[in-house]
Amino acid sequence: MTEKELFVQGNEACALGALKAGCTFFAGYPITPSTEIAEIMSNELPKIGGHFIQMEDEIAAVGAIIGASWAGQKVVTATSGPGFSLMQENIGYAVMTETPIVIINMQRGSPSTGQPTRSAQADMMQCRWGSHGDYETIALAPSSVQECFDYTIKAFNLAEKYRCPVFVMADEIVGHMREKITIPENIPITPRQMPEKTENYLPYDAPENGTTPMPSFGQGYNIHVTGLTHDKRGYPSTDDDQTHTQLVTRLCNKITKNTEEIVEIESQYIDDAQTIVLSYGIPSRSALTAVKQARQQGLKVGYIKLKTVWPFPAQQLQQLSKNAKRIIVPELNLGQVYLEVDRVLGKQAKVELIPKIGGALHTPKEILDKILEE
Amino acid sequence: MTEHEHRFMKYLRKERLPHIFCPGCGDGIVLNTIFNAIEMSNTDFDNISMVSGIGCSSRIPGYVKCDSLHTTHGRALAFATGLKTANPKQDVIVVTGDGDATSIGGNHLIHAARRNIDLTVICINNDIYGMTGGQISPTSPKGSYATTAPYGSTDKPFNIAEIAKAAGASYVAKYTTAQPVQISMAIKAGLENKGFSFIEVVAQCPTYYGRKNKIRSPVEMINWLKENTVTLEQAKTMTDEELAGKIITGEYINKPRKEFTEALEDITRQISEVNPDTNINSAYRSE
Amino acid sequence: MRTEIRIAGFGGQGVLMCGIVIAKAASLFDNKYAVQTQSYGPEARGGASRTEVVVSDEQIDYPKVENPQIFVAMSHEALIKYIDDIQEEAILLIDPDLVYQEQIQDIITQKKLQVYHSRATQTAEETIGKKIVANIVMLGSFVESTGIISVEAAKESVLDSVPKGTEELNMKAFEEGRKIVEKIN
Repeated sequence: MTEKELFVQGNEACALGALKAGCTFFAGYPITPSTEIAEIMSNELPKIGGHFIQMEDEIAAVGAIIGASWAGQKVVTATSGPGFSLMQENIGYAVMTETPIVIINMQRGSPSTGQPTRSAQADMMQCRWGSHGDYETIALAPSSVQECFDYTIKAFNLAEKYRCPVFVMADEIVGHMREKITIPENIPITPRQMPEKTENYLPYDAPENGTTPMPSFGQGYNIHVTGLTHDKRGYPSTDDDQTHTQLVTRLCNKITKNTEEIVEIESQYIDDAQTIVLSYGIPSRSALTAVKQARQQGLKVGYIKLKTVWPFPAQQLQQLSKNAKRIIVPELNLGQVYLEVDRVLGKQAKVELIPKIGGALHTPKEILDKILEE
Repeated sequence: MTEHEHRFMKYLRKERLPHIFCPGCGDGIVLNTIFNAIEMSNTDFDNISMVSGIGCSSRIPGYVKCDSLHTTHGRALAFATGLKTANPKQDVIVVTGDGDATSIGGNHLIHAARRNIDLTVICINNDIYGMTGGQISPTSPKGSYATTAPYGSTDKPFNIAEIAKAAGASYVAKYTTAQPVQISMAIKAGLENKGFSFIEVVAQCPTYYGRKNKIRSPVEMINWLKENTVTLEQAKTMTDEELAGKIITGEYINKPRKEFTEALEDITRQISEVNPDTNINSAYRSE
Repeated sequence: MRTEIRIAGFGGQGVLMCGIVIAKAASLFDNKYAVQTQSYGPEARGGASRTEVVVSDEQIDYPKVENPQIFVAMSHEALIKYIDDIQEEAILLIDPDLVYQEQIQDIITQKKLQVYHSRATQTAEETIGKKIVANIVMLGSFVESTGIISVEAAKESVLDSVPKGTEELNMKAFEEGRKIVEKIN
């Protein structure tokens, strides 16, 4: 058997993807609609000698996975809005200390406790800006159960490559729906880079726009890891303007300067498109239906799906949509990634939002009606 | 004249000295007792990792030549839980303070104690927030002054050792910086206990606590600690009124029970053939 | 061709399981595409319960059901609650012991629904001897009346989904369900 087919939920696919990517550690806190991921990991991890811990809250969950990452393991947690808010503090710590972690957010109706069992995409800007300070982040948005599996693996690989938190920004619908997934025999997995031990080892001596190999605790490197601004030795250096500038600039640049390598965009019917429906995550399935219906009516409408939302693929989108006059952005919120699309494409096209909150997915008709509006 | 290097200097990151602690601070005494305890116990220094949160005491691991994780405020025990569970072979020492462990990190403290995870926690309690310049803490004595308690604290302070014991720690002891030998012995016992060990050290902060409460010199502060110290034995026969403002020292509990990471490993052994050590440094594996 | 299916009943009847078995049969054993979704609100814990399945020969973009062409109702409350958006000439498969058909006669007439009866609960209780397999009896009736999934795929999917040791019982329930379904109009 070269590949395996399963009929599973999105949450299950995320858990399977994590295990396939080499994850051996999960710490989390139960929250609808992501709880199934924790349940599956609690069942599976002990079988492979891995560890599952139900922590006292989501702050502790991210703390624990960062600790385990520094013990040399691939780690993940899963949550939804309220838990994602609590995680922001230690997400910033992972950014600053360049700790690879994966966070899966099954977004639900919000603010606050909101709608635990309904869908939303309203944490997209929190994902981008939620922890304090200047930083850049990587976020993937699955729109199918297969993508829940694929993107979780990709998130682990990117986390190792760029040594940063990577987010799988899914939603209640994709988390709870069931579809067939195919698990290929060979899946590329990025292992952690081991440093070469030298006399004068410098744990944070990173190249421009890049990162360094990461040792783990107990290997004899005797490194100091701190959320304070630190120099190449990893030692606090909080009063030196240049040390801070260089560190934070590099942490941002290692993502933004590698945008082309990180991001993936899917497009269809784009060449002659006058109007493009640009979406990410679950609404892209309504969008594709609407675009196909519009094409059947002879309209020149194209489709773009952002597989990666952060870093935002500005140049790639400007290129892809250079002939379009209208860009329509359906989102399960009142306008978040739309703002970024407008910033990037607003000068070359009219960017229009189709907001939707309340828990349901845009119907294809809602998107088609907007296409037909002009 | 040849100067003899202090015998514990070999454990320090010399390139980071001088340290940031104020003259007369209790943190130096505690660091000394930690090294002393490591040498007295059967702990291999090279196998130690340290974790801390935010605050003066949390800066201690940064000066020690071992792997050290200086984390976010109050969260040291959460990070340490992940670090220890992922590689139970390490000896993990957590250094924290009264604000870090009982205010912002109180929830993590009780849960780490409940799990009885094998961490040796040294909580340096100076009754005040030193790093931020002298604010009130959950252990500040009733009536004591701080920059955020200009009319005196109105609250009953925590006895942290009592909390750790009630939450399930298998080893708890409490002493003051005036009792360095007892601290060393307690840390040694904590290192040797396979479980959650909590050593509270009540320490002087002449810079902020002393200044705000008119106990200005470090010597005066140490004397103040001594005068207010009673043993657990003495406390048994004292009334609540008599105990107000007193530091009750001694071994609160020494009762080993099943440790957290061992319990997890037991499950793995029960349900699979996998050796629980398999995954140490597994992130480096390429498939 | 895209077919939208809704199955509704009350919590504990195995309605969700029935939807999962249908979608799994279509996608893993009939080589079609299928998506299964369900209501997750507090209503899933007692009260009306609902699952929806889209089955198609082509890749399914929009995953939700808008106007079901097949509606299976195993409780009157669920039937009344979820029937409004049913398509014209849709198949309505009901357990007549749990549904007051006369109360929806207007919709049946107006939308020209094709009504099928399956006394799934009674059959499960009396013929099979286990009330819990009513959902699999209903599945047999579903396969027989709609032909959306093949009999073989449905059986494989049942065997893939039910607890070990209950295979024979469930196969018997499935076959009974195929037998007892009746077209009413």
